[in-house]
Amino acid sequence: MSEKSSSRAVGIGRVLIAVYAVLALAATARSVFQIATRFDTAPVAYLLSGVAGLVYIVATVALLAPGGVWYRVAWGTLAFELVGVLSVGTLSIIDPVLFPADTVWSMYGRGYVFIPLVLPVLGMLWLYRRRPAAEASN
Amino acid sequence: MIVWFEYLLLGIAVLVGVFCLVLGFAGRKPSDYTLGATAVVELLLLAQLVMGVVVPLAGNPPTGSLPEFWVYLVSALLIPPAAVAWALVDRNRWSTAILGVACLAVAVMVYRMGQIWFVQVS
Repeated sequence: MSEKSSSRAVGIGRVLIAVYAVLALAATARSVFQIATRFDTAPVAYLLSGVAGLVYIVATVALLAPGGVWYRVAWGTLAFELVGVLSVGTLSIIDPVLFPADTVWSMYGRGYVFIPLVLPVLGMLWLYRRRPAAEASN
Repeated sequence: MIVWFEYLLLGIAVLVGVFCLVLGFAGRKPSDYTLGATAVVELLLLAQLVMGVVVPLAGNPPTGSLPEFWVYLVSALLIPPAAVAWALVDRNRWSTAILGVACLAVAVMVYRMGQIWFVQVS
């Protein structure tokens, strides 16, 4: 955005970050609403949804911000998301009562056109291509 | 919500989304066309905002949760201005693609709003 922006917020990476921002907004707004109105029906799933939303916000910031620390934060949040969508996705098939269909990670993110499943993988590929060592040698 | 208006809004959001994505990946910078088309989506959302207030009072209440509908509508309203702001600051092809992503996200949210208003699954 500014002249001294991150080496990650360039090219198609910007589109990736924009998708992250939208997902962060959607997941957080929805889980806040679910926790406020029907928390009792599935507390574990809705809390996890809220955590997922917050992690998407952190991931968006980490992808935008420059520097080695944010680079590691980005890896951490993306790994958390991938583990989350895979484990919750599997659990939601085994135990649909614990994880109702309307959380961000259930059924591998089906309610969000599987974007939660695809996005961490794309994000990791992007981070790998934009790793600090590769930047330095360019 | 009104059925035909939902389809109109949904159709235009998808068309503008695909239009901006195609132009973005074709390497076009944000132009009056792509920015204007995104503005049209925002205007239709504003019309939906007015209808969201008036229509329940006129005896057409939602079958689902009205607050949930509003969470979606207010979130959707924020997305096109954010994408346009990005496109004005950062004038390159990827900003055009982001306009497309924004409009497609709006389309998904309008679809969910329609479900909340008209369709109850359980």
